[in-house]
Amino acid sequence: MHSICFQATGVPGSNYIFDSCSPALAISKPINLRFCGLRKEAFGFSGLTHSSSGRVRFSSRGHSKKVSASAESNGSPPKSFDYDLIIIGAGVGGHGAALHAVEKGLKTAIIEGDVVGGTCVNRGCVPSKALLAVSGKMRELQSEHHMKALGLQVSAAGYDRQGVADHANNLALKIRSNLTNSMKALGVDILTGVGTIVGPQKVKYGKVGFPDNIVTAKNIIIATGSVPFVPKGIEVDGKTVITSDHALKLESVPDWIAIVGSGYIGLEFSDVYTALGSEVTFIEALDQLMPGFDPEIGKLAQRVLINPRKIDYHTGVFATKITPAKDGKPVIIELIDAKTKEPKDTLEVDSALIATGRAPFTNGLGLENVNVVTQRGFVPVDERMRVIDTNGNLVPHLYCIGDANGKMMLAHAASAQGISVVEQVTGRDHVLNHLSIPAACFTHPEISMVGLTEPQAREKAQKEGFEVGVAKTSFKANTKALAENEGEGLAKLIYRPDSGEILGVHIFGLHAADLIHEASNAIALGTRIQDIKFAVHAHPTLSEVLDELFKSAKVKAAASSHGPVSEPVAV
Amino acid sequence: MANVLQTSFLPSTSSLRRPSISGSKGKSQSLQVKAKIREIFMPALSSTMTEGKIVSWMKSEGDKLSKGESVVVVESDKADMDVESFHEGFLAAIMVEEGGVAPVGSAIALLAETEDEIAEAKAKSQSSSSSTPQVVEEKPKQIEEAALDVPAAAAAPSVPVAKAVTLGSAVHPASEGGKRIVASPYAKKLAKELKVDLGTVVGSGPLGRIVAKDVEAAAVAVPVAASPAKPDPVAPGIELGTVVPFTTMQGAVSRNMVESLSVPRFRVGYTITTNALDALYKKIKSKGVTMTALLAKATALALVQHPVVNSCCRDGNSFTYNSSINIAVAVAIDGGLITPVLQDADKVDIYTLSRKWKELVDKARAKQLQPHEYNTGTFTLSNLGMFGVDRFDAILPPGTGAIMAVGASQPTVVASKDGRIGMKNQMQVNVTADHRVIYGADLAAFLQTLAKIVEDPKDLTF
Repeated sequence: MHSICFQATGVPGSNYIFDSCSPALAISKPINLRFCGLRKEAFGFSGLTHSSSGRVRFSSRGHSKKVSASAESNGSPPKSFDYDLIIIGAGVGGHGAALHAVEKGLKTAIIEGDVVGGTCVNRGCVPSKALLAVSGKMRELQSEHHMKALGLQVSAAGYDRQGVADHANNLALKIRSNLTNSMKALGVDILTGVGTIVGPQKVKYGKVGFPDNIVTAKNIIIATGSVPFVPKGIEVDGKTVITSDHALKLESVPDWIAIVGSGYIGLEFSDVYTALGSEVTFIEALDQLMPGFDPEIGKLAQRVLINPRKIDYHTGVFATKITPAKDGKPVIIELIDAKTKEPKDTLEVDSALIATGRAPFTNGLGLENVNVVTQRGFVPVDERMRVIDTNGNLVPHLYCIGDANGKMMLAHAASAQGISVVEQVTGRDHVLNHLSIPAACFTHPEISMVGLTEPQAREKAQKEGFEVGVAKTSFKANTKALAENEGEGLAKLIYRPDSGEILGVHIFGLHAADLIHEASNAIALGTRIQDIKFAVHAHPTLSEVLDELFKSAKVKAAASSHGPVSEPVAV
Repeated sequence: MANVLQTSFLPSTSSLRRPSISGSKGKSQSLQVKAKIREIFMPALSSTMTEGKIVSWMKSEGDKLSKGESVVVVESDKADMDVESFHEGFLAAIMVEEGGVAPVGSAIALLAETEDEIAEAKAKSQSSSSSTPQVVEEKPKQIEEAALDVPAAAAAPSVPVAKAVTLGSAVHPASEGGKRIVASPYAKKLAKELKVDLGTVVGSGPLGRIVAKDVEAAAVAVPVAASPAKPDPVAPGIELGTVVPFTTMQGAVSRNMVESLSVPRFRVGYTITTNALDALYKKIKSKGVTMTALLAKATALALVQHPVVNSCCRDGNSFTYNSSINIAVAVAIDGGLITPVLQDADKVDIYTLSRKWKELVDKARAKQLQPHEYNTGTFTLSNLGMFGVDRFDAILPPGTGAIMAVGASQPTVVASKDGRIGMKNQMQVNVTADHRVIYGADLAAFLQTLAKIVEDPKDLTF
């Protein structure tokens, strides 16, 4: 229970550090207050872990100082290692693992060949949130109807592209330096260069043109992340045919942009581009837009996020060939039918954004040296993130977390996996429940989810022979949402009426990304509906949408309050 | 529309299209006769809903329905809703399959009262569903017919012109010679909303792409160009005490007029002495020069010096300085209104301009104006002087910056600077402009320049 509690809040905990100038204080404070406070209430644990975690932390700091001094003598006899833990890749996953490792008293190094922060901070979630913050405000200011309803008068809203781009870049820089400082302050060694595994418990790193350094570690975590996936036939020139890496720099706002892929990335960019005045054409290989979402939520989201905006779409088609604009010709996109493979259409647009997902970044990792073969680039792992070799055996002391293992390609999932690995190497078995990891899409309004979608739940129910209950509440009934004049939205709970177990929660509406955590924490902690519905929510707040949701669920009277919920499921 | 189409005026095609009309009529007649087979209509689930998509049929053909039972799930622009049956009976025939879209009020299924009537209803649904595509095709046909009427009326070159109407559509350099329509997502959405056929719209976007403003412009003009020629110049007796809905064209005009209310506009008037212009006109009239061309030319030359008056405000945030000066001139036609455009009026010489104007007017009368000939104006002239109107006020067409209302030139007693009283021909002009981009001083300066040009018109003839 302890560790589950930990993993769910690991990310907010570390986020807190970013904003603090005093890392030592910051880390002890939020972690203790949030984790243990919550745990105390929920389970009646005492402050025992509270003080112990503090103790571990302090001793770890002393410890790390000592070892880093001794690390200079680089003799590596068996059983004596330079580090307790080496993490290859300083993205959000590596960072989360490093922080937790230090807290657990491990001497930790992190190897980074590029910039600290990885995709999320430099080319992903972080700068995109800056752009989305702008698009949200633009949308509000441009919505005459919305403004009028609030009694506001605003003269024409406009924007300066470079100013918006700078905001995104500055945010990435700030978060990156916060991340670097937080690790440095805790005594994590940041080793610069590309890390390669040269043998069991042995890693080499170095910059091009410099001699390689070899370091040994008791345990190694691969956290090398991913890069944008570009299907073959698509020529990316970085100007008119771009990936999210380029788009986040916002070097241009095209009149008409085609977005290939309607998942999180594509959807978020459609929100940004349409708010800034572009028209968007989605190209989706599946028959439905937003294929990853609960169908009902997807449908509603399409009504709000796609249909009324300057967006059209082609579904059930592949973009087989995309040629960048040149010689006065536009970007040309050739589409074929996804099923029949017949040529379907040709589009001519100003720009194309390839948002077809992400591919693992695992080349040059030296996996062959430990007899591991990647699968479509992903490092094969078991449910404890232990790397599996070609013979199906576990490679001792080698773990892989985050996008590189492909289990759940989300920054906070990587961090949770990293924390789970650290728990294991410090002597506590731990399996992460991926179904308790929330996901969010930061459109306006936002979409968030945790656990199973309704079809997934129904499939599982049929297999295992239980009943599925669905409860829904609307934002239209929420006072705070109406005060904001943002009543559009839906929250949906999928649960087991027989036991009161929460199987999934999906929210589409104002601040959905922030609202999901009550549900994801409940899943992580195994809290049942019949218990959580008595929790009190401040009035009037958006959180009452979930309060209503839990209260509207019809759990059978026979369901007990304290029985075991089904075991955590590893994906 | 049906009246128009049924007249014998349509020579060869009338027999072709009769089935669709009698089909729809026959339907309602047969309904009266045998009321036992009912139609299930696409309901209006919201005030803004114009069409609905069938999400799923909850019943299959042959199923028994009781009153109030849900039959079908319909997706509107707002939500999915169950639609209940108002009557008891059997779901005899589904006319719009799942995933299909039907306009509000159209039949989506047939309900038979007894089991025996199912077969009959099915047969009926087949006949009426076969007529449905014909209805859809009506639009392009109308255009052809409009063109086909021409030889009868004007004996002008016919078939090639008719072709030009369809082919001279959005010619996009890379669209395989115009075979494919390239329109931006919003343009497509608008076209659907405003019921504009994209095939008839000329794109002004990058590489000739159709963008939203092209559709908006076409929405006003298309109905005029595409509606079939009036069968005869009847002065239709207006039935007092009735409410007559707008035709598509009147609807488009109404929309544009209302839209113009969102533009903050103001007016500046000026009195211009026209003796010199009148003299010039007299001199070159024999060479085919018209007064309209002269006025357009003078206006264009004045606009050269005041580009801001030729600009417009498209997004509420910026000036759009038009690269060419295209003078649109309002012409009343068949009770409607169209604005043929004299393109590059500042550059084209007055004789060519006059010939062009005559050509445009002829084309407008014959309803052969192509979209780019009536929707590319950057400044509009409206002249009611021929009716003796001495001053009036014009409404700014959406998408442009200014319009000038020209009154009649009349002999007027004026006091001259040296204290004498004399007689001069004077006309009043009144410019309405979008104050977001064009300010009072801009108009004043423009009018001053225009007056100077008109009062000393030697530049008009080069």
